[in-house]
Amino acid sequence: MISRFRLLPEAASTIAGSVDQLYWFIAAISAGFSFAVAGMILFFVIRYRRRETGREHPESDGVLSLEILWSGIPFLISMVMFVWGAVVFLEMRTPPADSMQIFAVGKRWMWKVQHLEGRREINELHIPVGRPVKITMTSEDVIHSFFVPAFRVKQDAVPGRYSEFWFEATKTGEYHLFCSEFCGTQHARMIGKVVVMEPADYQAWLGSTERGGSRLSMAEAGEEAFAELGCASCHGEGDGSRGPSLRGLAGSQIRMPDGTMRVADATYLRQSILQPLAVVRDGWDPVMPSFQGQLTEDRVLELIAYINSLESGDAAAGVSPVAEAIEENEETPWM
Amino acid sequence: MPDLMPPEVEEENYLNAEYGVRSWLLTRDHKRIGLLYLFTLTGMFVLGGLAALGIRLELLTPVGDLMGDDSYNKMFTAHGIIMIFFFLVPSIPAVMGNFLLPLMIGAKDLAFPRLNLASWYIYLLGAALALGAMLTGGVDTGWTFYTPYSTEGSNTNVTMTAMGIFVSGFSSILTGINFLVTIHRMRAPGLTWFRLPLFVWSQYATSIIFILGTPVIAITILLVAAERSLDIGIFDPALGGDPILFQHLFWFYSHPAVYIMILPSMGVVSEIICCFSRNRIFGYKFVAISSLAIALLGFLVWGHHMFVSGQSTNAGLIFSFLSFAVAIPSAVKVFNWTATLYRGSITLKAPMIYALGFIGLFTIGGLTGLFLAALAVDVHLTDTYFIVAHFHYIMVGGALMAYLGALHFWWPKITGRLYSEALAKVSAILVFLGFNLTFFPQFILGYLGMPRRYHVYPDEFQVLNVFSTAGASILGVGYLIPLCYLAYSMRYGPRASANPWGAAGLEWQTPSPPPTENFHTTPVVTDEAYDYRHLDAELAAAEESKA
Ligand code: HEM
Ligand SMILES: [Cu+2]
Repeated sequence: MISRFRLLPEAASTIAGSVDQLYWFIAAISAGFSFAVAGMILFFVIRYRRRETGREHPESDGVLSLEILWSGIPFLISMVMFVWGAVVFLEMRTPPADSMQIFAVGKRWMWKVQHLEGRREINELHIPVGRPVKITMTSEDVIHSFFVPAFRVKQDAVPGRYSEFWFEATKTGEYHLFCSEFCGTQHARMIGKVVVMEPADYQAWLGSTERGGSRLSMAEAGEEAFAELGCASCHGEGDGSRGPSLRGLAGSQIRMPDGTMRVADATYLRQSILQPLAVVRDGWDPVMPSFQGQLTEDRVLELIAYINSLESGDAAAGVSPVAEAIEENEETPWM
Repeated sequence: MPDLMPPEVEEENYLNAEYGVRSWLLTRDHKRIGLLYLFTLTGMFVLGGLAALGIRLELLTPVGDLMGDDSYNKMFTAHGIIMIFFFLVPSIPAVMGNFLLPLMIGAKDLAFPRLNLASWYIYLLGAALALGAMLTGGVDTGWTFYTPYSTEGSNTNVTMTAMGIFVSGFSSILTGINFLVTIHRMRAPGLTWFRLPLFVWSQYATSIIFILGTPVIAITILLVAAERSLDIGIFDPALGGDPILFQHLFWFYSHPAVYIMILPSMGVVSEIICCFSRNRIFGYKFVAISSLAIALLGFLVWGHHMFVSGQSTNAGLIFSFLSFAVAIPSAVKVFNWTATLYRGSITLKAPMIYALGFIGLFTIGGLTGLFLAALAVDVHLTDTYFIVAHFHYIMVGGALMAYLGALHFWWPKITGRLYSEALAKVSAILVFLGFNLTFFPQFILGYLGMPRRYHVYPDEFQVLNVFSTAGASILGVGYLIPLCYLAYSMRYGPRASANPWGAAGLEWQTPSPPPTENFHTTPVVTDEAYDYRHLDAELAAAEESKA
């Protein structure tokens, strides 16, 4: 027990160092401030302890210059913290263009992970070292939160919408993966590990089918589902189709009936599949049936991976254009 | 000290004016109602404390060995709900505010005495509902009731608990209205706004939050209950609702609710510091007005609880900025209290130890808020033990220290009896030390990444958890001692004079305990608040003429 005891968390991602620097900056300011206040209080209490004679009261109704000074300086310092925190935060929120895409679904009480190449895992996440990884995730039931302390990242997985975050591991090894949003009975047991591997090992791991391995990539599985569910009967390639062709759709701008534009990101695609009447495109009739209740979140993700792959016309390639689109998906500042 | 001779025969006062259970249960006297709250809240605190004990014992080991998963979840939910909604929110306003407000402004009672009694019954009904829900199956949502867990994920007694909180909210609203009207309409002649004691200012600010904020949580909770029973799609995404909407509504109340807990504490601390350093508060107007500013600005920062919820980046930036801005008036108050000590004449009586302890713990609690306001750092720390430590420093280190300080400071006025100063000092110091040992390690735990609401955790977190549990036992003892000597003093304590601390303020100009009508003659105010210079001169003259 003692041997595993530590006072500082491991830092194993590119962002961890920046977060720690700001953390220690704030810690140093706070410590200085606390000791200053505590020191003053102790000093005054001793220096001005009650004596029976010669008591003399100061004029202490406030000194304006002093008050301006001691509001102004903390304000400036706090603005440094604000800007610094914001800059690092923006970095956390901006996945590099070459990020590798992985999908995750939170479900009581496990994390289900799908790699584009088809490999699936539960409560484990294998990733290569030195490569930005972007996770798109949702939840099948209640809100969960994906937390990897060693990477200093955390993001809620909210049912009904996709959220996204990224990180780049800098050290191989195994790290805790926690669910940090209370989700019921086994919340404390919804833990797993992130395994960071050398790229070659990761490739080998992806190729192996020992556990949860699948010969189909996500996009291929999506293509199968697409065929099985009969989507192609409307979303054909020809002109006479009842629905729009999906080729090149992902990541493009869509016009809604009220004239507003919207990016066809993962959230839009998911909604179009599950609640198609809520997001009918301009120029098309609201005839698509809802697939709500017929598809698991994993299945929806496969369909999206397939639609994403349609841009290049190659169902086996799995690079997603959805990535860039999601950052722009900030409908209102409050949501 | 101007300890006038204790009266030989007991004068008629609010405690002995009437006898019998009925006279208490039907009283319209704000002082008696304050005591009714004191007893009920003490009961709630004990219940919440026992739950805390259960939580801490479970956390002693990294495996879930003391209780099952569901029991633990129900335990911390009970702890949180009882402590927040049924102890902290009403604590200083309902107990001390009720007792002191009319006395401090020279009034005979609150503006609406019957409404005041009704508030207590409403509180009682709410508490009964919530406790009933906990006894008949329990609740496991955490005190935050996040959807869709609370609407469809949990099959515990969420609706009944929600009703308990909903009902008790009316008690807050009514108390707020009562206080506002009283402060506006019933001040003694000469008691202008800028002569008001800071405690009154802080109650004024708190009442505003009660009135503006409580309806929001009431409606939110009602919507949760409605969604659970009628399946309407407000928060549940399966029904087309938005789970994040709940968080916006919830924190729109619950962030200001933190100020409900802390503003009255600031008022108490201002009173105590002035009295035991015999100085006028440094920067009276700033301290008074900033309470109002904090109350109003407190409504603008709720989004800092949701930086990782999927809220947009822009919203995150705005909420982060505002949170830093609101922190400044609180920081400046710490400077004002410290400066008040400068060239004072300081005595370290028990209430003063509590007040100085408050400054220390509140400072740490407030400074750790900066970590959470800084976006990038919050992402790592939120929903970890860092949060648990942070809010305990503010709510327990801050609000509870001030509550205990207030209880000790005004105890002689409330009961007409003095308690054992030595025991009081020992317990104040035990509380301070036990508190830090309990909660400081949790900052480190949080930075290491231990999530909150976990009772099963990786081994490497154990050492710090053991420290924390050890601290909690010291803290528990620290709380138990006052319970004993205060109860003892009610009957056997030496009689207190009208003004045992030589304090300024109208409440000290009437006998202890005060008569039912508070003052035999309506006081007229001619001095600024905390005019200790004047008061000490008077006291010295009085002593000389006696000699
Ligand atoms: C001996 C004193 C106390 C101890 C040892 C203690 C311990 C704890 C612990 C360990 C938790 C975390 C539970 C978790 O997240 O797993 C917790 C949560 C909490 N505590 Fe305390 N606590 C104490 C006193 C108080 C007091 C006096 C208050 C308020 C007056 C309070 C308010 C809360 C609240 C609101 C929560 C959040 C509950 C939730 O997560 O839903 N605690 N406490
Ligand atoms: Cu979870």
